[in-house]
This record gives sequence, C-alpha cells and structure tokens, in this order.
Amino acid sequence: MSPGAIQLDDQGNLKHFLTIEGLRRDLLNEILDKTEGFLGVARQAVKKVPLCRGKTVANLFFETSTRTRTTFELAAKRLSADVLNLNIGASSTAKGETLLDTLRNLEAMHVDMFVVRHGDSGAAHFIAAHANPGVSVVNGGDGRHSHPTQGMLDMFTIRQHKGDFGALCVAIVGDVLHSRVARSQLLALNALGAGEVRIIAPRTLIPARAEEALGVRVFHDLREGVRGADVVIMLRLQRERMRGALLPSEHEYYRLFGLTEDRLATAKPDAIVMHPGPINRGVEMDSQVADGPRSVILEQVSNGIAVRMAVMSMCIGTQNLLSQGEAG
Amino acid sequence: MKISILNGRLLDPANRIDRDSDLHIADGLIAAVGEVPAAFRADRTLDARGHLVCPGLVDLCARMREPGAEHKATIASETRAAAASGITSLCCPPDTRPVIDTPAVAQLVAQTAERAGWARVFPAGALTKGLEGEQISEMAALKHAGCTVMSHADRPITNTQVLRRAMEYAATFGLTVFLRPEDRYLRDQGCVHEGAVSTRLGLPGIPEAAETVALARDLALAEQTGARVHFRGLSCGRAATMLAEARSRGVRASADVSAHQLFLTEEAVDGFDARCHLLPPLRTGEDLAALRAAVARGEIAAVCSDHQPHEEDAKLAPFPATEPGLSGLETLLPLLLRLVADGVLDLPTAVARLTLGPAKILGLPLGRLDVGRAADVCVFDPEARWLLTPSTLVSQGHNTPFLGWELKGRVSWTLLAGRIVYERDRP
Repeated sequence: MSPGAIQLDDQGNLKHFLTIEGLRRDLLNEILDKTEGFLGVARQAVKKVPLCRGKTVANLFFETSTRTRTTFELAAKRLSADVLNLNIGASSTAKGETLLDTLRNLEAMHVDMFVVRHGDSGAAHFIAAHANPGVSVVNGGDGRHSHPTQGMLDMFTIRQHKGDFGALCVAIVGDVLHSRVARSQLLALNALGAGEVRIIAPRTLIPARAEEALGVRVFHDLREGVRGADVVIMLRLQRERMRGALLPSEHEYYRLFGLTEDRLATAKPDAIVMHPGPINRGVEMDSQVADGPRSVILEQVSNGIAVRMAVMSMCIGTQNLLSQGEAG
Repeated sequence: MKISILNGRLLDPANRIDRDSDLHIADGLIAAVGEVPAAFRADRTLDARGHLVCPGLVDLCARMREPGAEHKATIASETRAAAASGITSLCCPPDTRPVIDTPAVAQLVAQTAERAGWARVFPAGALTKGLEGEQISEMAALKHAGCTVMSHADRPITNTQVLRRAMEYAATFGLTVFLRPEDRYLRDQGCVHEGAVSTRLGLPGIPEAAETVALARDLALAEQTGARVHFRGLSCGRAATMLAEARSRGVRASADVSAHQLFLTEEAVDGFDARCHLLPPLRTGEDLAALRAAVARGEIAAVCSDHQPHEEDAKLAPFPATEPGLSGLETLLPLLLRLVADGVLDLPTAVARLTLGPAKILGLPLGRLDVGRAADVCVFDPEARWLLTPSTLVSQGHNTPFLGWELKGRVSWTLLAGRIVYERDRP
C-alpha cells in the first residue's frame, strides 16, 4: 500500500496530511489556492477566521522545534481553534509510556487534530493509522521521511514568484539523505510538473538510487548544478554529519557547496534562493546571499502560517463532512 | 504402539525414495517401508491417500522466547506450532535471557522442550560468553550438555581475532559455527534494505555490503582455520555467489535462507508495514531470484523459518522503533510448496531443503526415514488450500506479513518418535 493512501477519505478529500506522496496535482493546487486566501488574514485588524472554532488541536512534538511549532500554533489560533502544546520528549516517553498510550490519553480529552513531529520515519502514519476515526493527523515532520507542510509552503513561495511550474528548473543543494524537507519538496515538484529537478551534494549525502526513487538529476558540482536554475533551495546541514564520516569539515563543505553570490552566477538572473531555516551562515550560504535581493527566506516563514491554515482547515472540513454524513 | 501410514506417496530424499508406499512404525521407530513386516499388527492406521509422507521437517532457526521473553511465547507454545507445521526438530539460537552460554541454560531449554513433548529442540551454544564477542565460551561443556552447534545468533563479532580463535576452538570439538554475516558499522541504525524504497520512505538503509563484507571476512577465516561454518539467513544474491565460489574451492561452508526472503522484497515495506521489519532486511527482486536459484542448485542447502514470535505491542510503534522478525513456523512448508508451484524446485528437492539439507548442517541423523531410526514423520496434503488468518495460527506470535495469503499444502499428521503429536481435525 502506498504510504499516502490513508490520508484521503472515500471521496478523495484530505483527512490527514502525512505526505505529498499519492496526492493529485489538483489537490496540491487546491492547497495552494486556499493558502492564497489565508494570506490576507494576517493583515486583518482581527487576525482570526472562525473555520475551526470549537475544535481542539494538540501539537505533539516528540522532537524539539520552535519555528514549526510556533507557526502551527499561530495557524490553529487564527482558525479559532484551541491549542494544546505538548513537548512529549520531556514527559511521557521518558516515563516509558508508549506512543499509543500517549495517543489514547489525548483522545480521551477529545482532541480533534494532532500535529505530530517525531524522530522516526513513519511516525505520523502510525498515529494516523491508530487514531480514532474522528481525529485528523497533520505531519509536522517524521524522521527523514516527510515534512509536507514545509514542502507545500515552499511550493507556494515558488508559485508566488514564478507562476507555472512546467518551465521551471529547481536545484536543491545539500543533505538530501537525511532531509524530510527535500523529500517533500521533490514529491511536490514532481506532482506539480516541474520542468527539471536537480539535487546537488557530495555522494555521501545523496540517498541510494536517488534518480529512480526521487525523479531527479544528481550533480556533485554546485556551479554546474545551479546552472540555469530558476529556484535554488539550500538544505540545512546538521553538525552531527561531521561525526558520521559523511563530511570532513564545515569548512570544506562551505568551500564546495556553500552558496555565495559568485557561485550563484550560473543560475538565471532572476533566480530565487530558499532555505527552510534555521540557516547556518557561513556553512550552507553566505550572509550576502541569505540577506540579498534574491533571498525569499523570510517570505517562506510568513507563507508557512497560511499553508498550515489551509491544510488544517481542509482536514477539519473533511471531518465535519464525515460526521454530518454519520448524523444524516 | 504400532502405526501404519497407508496409501501415501513416500518421499525420503536421504534414501532416494519417491514412490507410493506404506510406512510402518513400531515402538517409536520406523519398522518397515513398503510391505508389512511379519507379525506386525497396527494399533492404528492413517489413511494417507492423496498425501505426501516425508521425514519430519528440520528448522535451523526458530526462537521460542524461553527463557527470558515468555510474554512473547514459550517453548511449549512454539513447539506445538511446530508440530502443527510438520516440523519435528528445531535449532534454537542462543540469544535467550540468560544466554545459552552455560550447560545449565542449554539443559533447561532441552528439558523444557522434552517435557512439552511436541518437538525436538536443539539449543545452539553461544560462541562467546554472553554473546559479547570477547571471551570464547566453554564449548566442550556446552557440547556435553547437548549443544550440537555453536552460534552467535544475530550479533556480529567485531574482533576478528576472537572470531578466529572461536572457530579454531569450536573445530577442536567438531562443532559447526553458525554466523549471520553482518558488519555492524555498515548496518549502523539501518532497518530496511538500502535502495529505492528506503530512499523514498526516508528509512535508514542497510547496504548489501553489510552482508557481503562480513561474509568475505568470515569465509577467509573459515578457510584459514578449516572450521566448519554455517551462514544463517543470506539475503543478497551476491552473498550466495560468494558462498558458492568459496565452496567450490573446498571451504567448509554452508548457508541457509529464510523462507520469506524467497517471496518478499523491499517493496513489501511500503506503507511502513512493521510486519516486514526483518533482519536481514527484505532486498530486491534480483536478490530474491538469485537466492531462489541458489536454493534450487543446492548451494543453499536449507531453508528455515527464522521464527521470531512477538506480542502485539512489539509491532505497534513507528517502523524503526518496532522489533524485527516474523512468526514463520506455520508458513515454512506451504512457502516451499509454492516454490514448487512456481517451478523453482521439484517436490523432492523442496522436501530435501527442509529435511536432509538442514539435518546435514546440524550433523545429526534427522530428516530421514531409515528403518530402525526414530519415526519423525510429516504427512501433508499438497493440494489442500487454506487461508492464513490469526485464528489458524497456532504460534503465540501473530506477526506475519503472510496473513491473508492463500496457501497450498497443509499438514494432516505429524509424528514425533512414532507418537502422533499433531492431527488435523477433518470436516
């Protein structure tokens, strides 16, 4: 079974949002269109819409996160939902409680939606597969597998600047092997019909059989890889990669794969530069690029809230339809 | 007690018998093949019309979880499942708690099995103390206590000097060494085959080299020491080729494969199906084809269940956090029969891989129907179709990806030393 199959109801509506895999292009476009609509909410005097009023959203973060958790929290609050923040890493699992027990306890509190971040690939699927039928699960990042709201906010940012995906050449630079963000971006880009998708990294950071499994062209040279690109996406590099013999040093990584104005010269003149944050300045990219005119990094953050509002309201909407169906 | 099994097709690869023939059993031993001996009066006759009558199956790797993990299964519960599957002899790896590194634990396992009375259990002795890979175990004492082979279960020995000495010491006492080839560093945190599926799902992968690197090292040591080494559970085609090459040069090495490796590939993990969290991992279609061919050619002489029953909770977690292994006793024979249906093996060869092949590796006179030897017999209907469901499972472990499969071939009777230990209810 495709890992994406459980996130849709019988009518093909989004019930959980776990991965981009298996989602049709029109559904992805629907998410992007809804995001467009929610962008305005932040500019209103009263930054709220009542779409999820009376619903309870629990942020279940088994891994620490500030940015993602905060934007999910803001998104839920702007939809008028009640929000519960749980940093599970510090409490239940430390006491030996299983993931399923944690889930059951929260369900007993009549939570309507879980936003889950977990260090194991497949964790959000596991929770969705075992949650009560009336509960939606939104994946806030699971292991190396998927971070679909990040993937969609990046697509939204690209669409804002570039319009149609068909003609675009997108280059993703860095640690694709460990990156759930890259996997979600690649699935979304392919589903939206991007013209050409490339990944650029030393071989130690490219996953096995990437071309076939991810539908990409692989480059090991940054200048070659970004040549003619419309979009350059930099991935975050974790410090621990130096310990696993994947890279010799941050210094050498920056020298070869760090993005500078000079190395960006082969990209299209109007290319945009993206990064999911937080940035390691002087490792993944130069400050000149990060703060430069082609950087859209802060727009990504603002768009993140609207994308999460779109996805959360769609899942809650599907649940409302399902419960009405039962009542009727 | 005298039993006659009549009208069946007798299949005994050890004695090159494949013909319609009766089998007569007296006082736990095989009394005659074919004609009834003079003055033989059966107390019971089994009508094996349409059935195959073969030696009781021998499984080189089955965990029964006792001692130490009785919440998963017990020797009694799992040997009962073995009996229902036509398996009369099982070799149990030493990674119990406590580890089988003393005569006391070995005897405990053997005696518990004897008391239960469903099947013979041969505990494999731990090659090193505590399976820690540092100090070799008291192998002579373990042999005296009934361990016929030494094993390091699924734990790689990283110190090559220790492994070399362990092989030499085991060879001193004529003990075969069981190893599952795995390089700890290349395996790392991996939980599935490193390939297209691991890349797509973002699951840490185990490269093929985790097996081939360890196998190359262990084959070199086997050659150097002259020890008899058996490789458990090969998962890649390249490993099978390396083994065949070493054997052709006279290295005393053998290998088995777990039955599920001949039917499932990495694709089965898609959707994060924790029932397919297995070690070694399910690999590619090419690996599957190469392993099948090696079994057909006899380079891999035994197929085993690699039975690892779990309680339900062990698989109720995100994929990487679940415990690896499947409950495999009850699919062993049906899967081999499916290989026959798929045209990979002929029926006598399939039976040989479950009887004579593993028995030779254990170095025991099992898996054969010799007159005068203990009557361990499996009688099965090769045409019977059935659905594997939780309610048909006898094992306490319901963790198998074959649930819902329609299987062909079902055991009707199992005899252990001339005693009927399993008899299927007939409608």
